[in-house]
Amino acid sequence: MDSLISIVVFLPTVAAIILALFLRGDDEAARRNAKYLALIATTASFLGSLLILAQFEPGGGFQMVEQRQWIAGLTYKVGVDGISVLFVLLTTFLMPLVILSAWDVSERVKEYMIAFLVLETMMLGVFVALDLILFYLFFEAGLIPMFLIIGIWGGANRVYAAFKFFLYTFLGSVLMLVAMLAMYVDAGTTDIPALLTHQFSYDVISVFGFTIVGGLQTLLWLAFFASFAVKMPMWPVHTWLPDAHVQAPTAGSVVLAAILLKLGGYGFLRFSLPMFPVASDVLAPFVLWLSAIAIVYTSLVALVQEDMKKLIAYSSVAHMGFVTAGIFSANQQGLDGAIFQMISHGFISGALFLCVGVVYDRMHTRDIDAYGGLVNRMPAYALIFLLFTMANIGLPGTSGFVGEFLTLMGMFQANTWVAFVATTGVILSAAYGLWLYRRVMLGDLIKESLKSMRDLTAREKWIFAPLVAMTILLGVYPPLVTDIVGPSVAGLLDTYEAALDEAGLMTATAAADVVH
Amino acid sequence: MATIILFAPLIGALICGFGHRFIGEKPAQWTATGLVVLAALLSWIVFLGHDGELQRIQILRWIESGSLSTDWAIRLDRLTAIMLIVINTVSALVHIYSFGYMAHDENFRDNESYRPRFFAYLSFFTFAMLMLVTADNLVQMFFGWEGVGLASYLLIGFYFRKPSANAAAMKAFVVNRVGDFGFALAMFALFFLVDSIQFNDIFAAAPEIAATEIHFLWATWNAAEVVAVLLFIGAMGKSAQLFLHTWLPDAMEGPTPVSALIHAATMVTAGVFLVCRMSPLMEFAPHATAFITIIGASTAFFAATIGLVQTDIKRVIAYSTCSQLGYMFVAAGVGVYSAAMFHLFTHAFFKAMLFLGAGSVIHGMHHEQDMRNYGGLKDKMPRTFWAMMIGTLAITGVGIPLTHIGFAGFLSKDAVIESAWGAHSGPGFYAFWLLVLAAAMTSFYSWRLMFLTFYGEPRGDRHTHEHAHESPSIMTIPLGVLALGAIFSGMVWYGSFFGDHAQVNRFFGIPAHAEAVEADEHGATEAEGQGEGAIPAATELAEGDFEDAAAALVEPTEDTGGGEGVHGGVMAGGWEDGAIYMAPDNHVMDDAHHAPIWVKVSPFVAMLLGFLVAFQMYIRRPDLPAKFVNAQRPLYDFLLNKWYFDEIYGFLFVRPASWLGRTLWKRGDGNVIDGGINGLAMGVIPFFSRLAGRAQSGYLFHYAFAMVLAVAILLTWMTLGGVE
Repeated sequence: MDSLISIVVFLPTVAAIILALFLRGDDEAARRNAKYLALIATTASFLGSLLILAQFEPGGGFQMVEQRQWIAGLTYKVGVDGISVLFVLLTTFLMPLVILSAWDVSERVKEYMIAFLVLETMMLGVFVALDLILFYLFFEAGLIPMFLIIGIWGGANRVYAAFKFFLYTFLGSVLMLVAMLAMYVDAGTTDIPALLTHQFSYDVISVFGFTIVGGLQTLLWLAFFASFAVKMPMWPVHTWLPDAHVQAPTAGSVVLAAILLKLGGYGFLRFSLPMFPVASDVLAPFVLWLSAIAIVYTSLVALVQEDMKKLIAYSSVAHMGFVTAGIFSANQQGLDGAIFQMISHGFISGALFLCVGVVYDRMHTRDIDAYGGLVNRMPAYALIFLLFTMANIGLPGTSGFVGEFLTLMGMFQANTWVAFVATTGVILSAAYGLWLYRRVMLGDLIKESLKSMRDLTAREKWIFAPLVAMTILLGVYPPLVTDIVGPSVAGLLDTYEAALDEAGLMTATAAADVVH
Repeated sequence: MATIILFAPLIGALICGFGHRFIGEKPAQWTATGLVVLAALLSWIVFLGHDGELQRIQILRWIESGSLSTDWAIRLDRLTAIMLIVINTVSALVHIYSFGYMAHDENFRDNESYRPRFFAYLSFFTFAMLMLVTADNLVQMFFGWEGVGLASYLLIGFYFRKPSANAAAMKAFVVNRVGDFGFALAMFALFFLVDSIQFNDIFAAAPEIAATEIHFLWATWNAAEVVAVLLFIGAMGKSAQLFLHTWLPDAMEGPTPVSALIHAATMVTAGVFLVCRMSPLMEFAPHATAFITIIGASTAFFAATIGLVQTDIKRVIAYSTCSQLGYMFVAAGVGVYSAAMFHLFTHAFFKAMLFLGAGSVIHGMHHEQDMRNYGGLKDKMPRTFWAMMIGTLAITGVGIPLTHIGFAGFLSKDAVIESAWGAHSGPGFYAFWLLVLAAAMTSFYSWRLMFLTFYGEPRGDRHTHEHAHESPSIMTIPLGVLALGAIFSGMVWYGSFFGDHAQVNRFFGIPAHAEAVEADEHGATEAEGQGEGAIPAATELAEGDFEDAAAALVEPTEDTGGGEGVHGGVMAGGWEDGAIYMAPDNHVMDDAHHAPIWVKVSPFVAMLLGFLVAFQMYIRRPDLPAKFVNAQRPLYDFLLNKWYFDEIYGFLFVRPASWLGRTLWKRGDGNVIDGGINGLAMGVIPFFSRLAGRAQSGYLFHYAFAMVLAVAILLTWMTLGGVE
């Protein structure tokens, strides 16, 4: 199948169109049909992505590339490499679970499903796009369904959250667009594989009297950084995330944390590091320190949260700090770890938000103080929640550990101070994770309102089961990921270091401060 | 076989934890227990049949990234074999004991199923601990390291309805994480230096590491020192050494069998194991090992002082454990790793027994733990009494001075104290004196415990005393088995752990040149006539010892002739294959054997003193303690409040962290970041609103509009550009 990737990407949208055009009415049957169609479409998309994985050859560059002419002289070009293919799988794997988790929604079910289906296409598009314009379209358009999900099905204060989201993203997007235009001027193409080999100028230039080391590369890098840093989100532009999470419905939170946050990290890997190596090298200490601060800062903030979702949202920011620091350590362990951390965080944070959703559905509050002693009534839930809490705090044997471990190992080679500060995150994460668990789950069940809580339903168990399996599987046998990612990362680093050598800069690894 | 030993407990844990609904509670518990007993039996076979050769069994690939390559693999050498029998034996006995101890528990309701969960946790702990000791690289060890932490968390918080238990569980995990922080940094540093975290690679590169400087944080350091200190910080957390010890006493919130298994015999000794495992590196880090010695000695002393005044029977034993771990670290710190392992080995038996004995008392006394409410239990619980008596004799170090006949603790503790003296260094002497003092205090608090519990008049609730009863035999039989270990394990294995160099080398599989061994044996034979060695050899034969009794005959060796030869040979051989490593210039063990008489008898004298004081205060003049307390109120409060560590940490760390978190949240996120952005927004948004007009859907519209606008511009520009 030549157009397998396109099929996987657009299948959900096709289903969305069918829903929009043909599904009428808002009765029980219509809702059920909407949900089933969404489930079938996302599952089919997942199966298709498995075929992609089966055909994929690690280390073989961009594969299954499709190229077509599109409107107005634009090119439609998609394909996957070792860096993107697993994000595609992560997305398609999670979407059926997201649909299942939204099974009990009763308000505007059809539109809800359409939003998620379109969102899936947009997210997949970002990962497979091999054309600058295409990437931009997917990258920005994906936010519209997410807006709708928060804005229509969200909590009480959703307008404020959307407002914040908008402001943050808007500025970054504009800058990124300008940078893309500049790239087109400089390279004469929007083809990503071509851009990857194009060398952007790094001669020192002067703008408004400021001397800019790294020249054009630095400017472009900063423009992309503005957009990706917000998406990650990095400190200090993270404050939209806790609010967005708190207001989003459960399924929306899951997508937001598990997949949308990865777009920024993917952007760094696809654009910043390989296309602007000199700028990346110059600005790496800056990113490393932002990440280290993010890890400690947001962990401390997480420690004092009173809202379950906010706590997990802040912990997500901390975990994304590991990702950015890993990427800009610019070595094999750092990059492998960053990708691993993103994949693993997709499962773990998704599961944690689902965990919150379970009790929210029953009690309609996310206030930590409203709970306590749930283990008495909900043993299965307690077990699941414990597993993901432990995975979140990076217990070895779960996937959470591998990513943290590798990124920290990468950081140590780049800068011991950063590694030192970031490693304190493992202490703090244990503190806030267990503190949450203790307040919600442990103790005697005293509160009258909780005494009729029921344990996980079969549907909920089925949603958690694949996540549990992946978390443990990747923790025990990480080569599942590293075998695919490793060769591509090695290739990326080769060209990165070659570019730095050419620029006469010491590479991160060559600058190793071992003195014999 | 090693694979079966490793995975049997895991399978047991899974079957017991998840399968008990299908196969029933009792069968589930027996499955878990049976599999651990199997593992224990196989461990003994491995231990006794082990020839000191290093074996490596690969199981599965694990974390691989670039030049980093780690496997799930088993490294089987003497250190591992020792730990295997310690872990599995104690674990098997604790499993059996728990059938009695956990039979009825008032913390749970009648219809609640808690027993399979308990057994599953125990088995899971055993598995994690086995992972730790069989690891062949640091990350796998870290897996076990954190795995036991998780098991410990689960078991301390087993009574999940008790807030104090939940707090203690969390505290244990978080404080351990502080140690893990050091461990993790050590791994990163080692990978940075050696490009591998496989033990063999690290050991082979140890001399090179020692010759390397590393820039770490604000300064440039000797790489070996940095790594050794970081690793030791990890060890401090797990082994509850001074400054990171605060979790251990609180961990007594868990059921008593847990305390015996995890917080006495196995998990807390992981730190000692780590230092011994890394001995090839430690030998190249003189400052780090001096630090280890000082911390170890200080802990031994400090914990003993607190143990003097505690009234909760389990807390006394907990501080005693903390103190004994300090002993082990001193031995490791001065470079006699075999003595550290020796004390670890014997301590596992007698300390597990003391805890299980205490559990038996608590069980018989309806979960009363305050010793002030005990008294006169000797006749009501005769078997428990005798077990505790043997344990006390062992921990206080009763034996015949200047011979090798005595309870387990006598031999191993004296070995540690002599080693401290034998170091002939500042930290060594510091450790020596503190350890002797600690030995006196150990004796005092152990006998105090015995006297308060079993002698005198019954105190406290009369009803409880009337119903006090001996525990069922499923609880007392494990005590009996451990008693054997507490009596004999010292005498039987003295030669192997702390005998002459050749014997220790052979036991730990340390390769030595043939002529060196020969020379050493020659020198040793000369010493044979000196008489001392004959007695332990005879004892060993009498015990039907299967160890090389003949070797014990030449003990203690006078290492005159062969010493240098051995040292030369050790360096030349593939010494990274040895289970432990002692540098060629490390003569501490030999010097310890040559310690003056007064050094060798000093722990014994200290022990006698402690006993006499305890006897005077608790048997002859029971009014004395109260008078002492009144006379020395500030000192008593200081000790009773555990040197105020919890209060100081609360003030220094816990409260600032929570204050900082709150400030960053409200001020940092709230005022500064959001405030700044809102300020910006107030300027920008009206501008765009005017531009875009009033749209129903608000911000979404702005966004979509902006995007469409952007794409339009882009398209236009591209089309124009394409024409060029």
